[in-house]
Amino acid sequence: MGEFLSLREAVARYVEDGQTLALEGFTHLIPFAAGHEIIRQGRRDLTLVRMTPDLVYDQLIGAGCASKLIFGWGGNPGVGSLHRMRDAVENQFPRPLEVEEHSHAGLAERWRAGAAGLPFGVLRGYVGTSLADHTKTIASISCPFTGEELTAVPAINPDVGIIHAQQADRDGNVMYWGITGVQKECVLASRHSIVTVEEVVDEFAVRTGGVVLPSWAVDAVAVVPGGPHPSYAHDYSDRDNDFYAAWDPIARSRDAFTDWLAGVVEVKP
Amino acid sequence: MSIDRRNGQWTSDEMMAVAAARELADGVVCFVGIGLPSTAANVARRMHAPNAVLIYESGCIGSRPDHLPASIGDGVLSETAVANVGVVEIFSYWLQAGRIDVGFLGAAQIDRFANINTTVIGAYDTPKVRLPGAGGAPEIAANCGEVIITLPHSRRAFVEQLDFVTSLGHGAGPGNREQLGLRGRGPSAVISDLCVLRPDPDTKELNLTSVHPGVSVDDVQSATGWELAVADELAITPPPTAEELAVLRELKAAS
Repeated sequence: MGEFLSLREAVARYVEDGQTLALEGFTHLIPFAAGHEIIRQGRRDLTLVRMTPDLVYDQLIGAGCASKLIFGWGGNPGVGSLHRMRDAVENQFPRPLEVEEHSHAGLAERWRAGAAGLPFGVLRGYVGTSLADHTKTIASISCPFTGEELTAVPAINPDVGIIHAQQADRDGNVMYWGITGVQKECVLASRHSIVTVEEVVDEFAVRTGGVVLPSWAVDAVAVVPGGPHPSYAHDYSDRDNDFYAAWDPIARSRDAFTDWLAGVVEVKP
Repeated sequence: MSIDRRNGQWTSDEMMAVAAARELADGVVCFVGIGLPSTAANVARRMHAPNAVLIYESGCIGSRPDHLPASIGDGVLSETAVANVGVVEIFSYWLQAGRIDVGFLGAAQIDRFANINTTVIGAYDTPKVRLPGAGGAPEIAANCGEVIITLPHSRRAFVEQLDFVTSLGHGAGPGNREQLGLRGRGPSAVISDLCVLRPDPDTKELNLTSVHPGVSVDDVQSATGWELAVADELAITPPPTAEELAVLRELKAAS
């Protein structure tokens, strides 16, 4: 049931050390505030799942929250590398990071299978690439009807899935629109889910391309205006491209990152 | 590094973007990567290909952005799209099902068969450089009718041997894609800031088919990590027209 909680309460109730966690949102609607709350609560040994780790996972990895990353594209969009992620992979700093690497098409199938309650998904993918040599969760399978060789990937079913939406209504139903990514699959595939929202409204307007997740499919709703900054919420905020550029020198330097982290930990929501 | 080769009239980066744009035919359905491919595709849409359908992996179908998107999920892509769908759907129903004519990709490294590496330099488990990874590229390269690749020329980028094959071009050579059951025909052109390369129909090895104005074959060879095959009839790429430059610069200025 979409129970209204503060973000602090929601993370404290559902997020535990050692879990598999997904914070989804495809460039748009990335739940940054929730990531910062997980850092503040000092969670450790998390397996983090995301199609595009983006800055939110660079921050969680740099803060030492993660021991494993499942991902498809780990860059700072339009800027360059994720340097905290690279420091973890290349130098095991601040701790070693195991990576499980896929393509976006493969991860999308893993999300669909997770949401559908199936053990694996099927696609035409990875063939001829080096990915299958290094990622155990890519396997060949024969179609039982045609004999065609296809690729199987296991379902993703995180302990907790976290997304950001534009609106909740007073019953805890949530609605988001614009670029909708894999958020529906993330919520439905996860054992528990937390949705941060820009605001609570009396009634949803009809919106082209709008996605509504019914209250009973969600565990917690937290009102966090601006929760996706420096990502954005369509019709509420613009992507802060300057922050993405400014992140590069912060993440390149362990000291600059430590200073940034101190600012996050001190903020009391 | 953008080299000014024509008395300040245009740069080699502008030549690359314009030459890449010319590859996109009008009316095609094109899956667009962010960065150089997106720049080129949007120049093409404003020039000779007004009916090209630009598809971005964020689920935006038929986007008509008035400025260059800063990321694959830029709001302008969804606002100007004919349809917005989820990421599962864009990869499964639209790309995998074979509805896309052209995939337009960038790359960090490429080899003579137009295989692409965007994953690691060095050993996978102890990488010298950890690159961003695959994203949508492996299945774009596999499932689009054909693939156009654009990247700046250097010996670090055009290498004899890839450390990692992220996305398959022509694999080990003729017949390899067919053996693997890939449906798309694979790369048809590679556009750099020095030249245009196209796979030889028989060997599938990239041939130098056109050098940009002011560039010599030696220039291209010294920026390429393998012994370059040169086409019998080597062309010189027509320089950017005033209109192409105006469109490109206007797009960049608006971004």
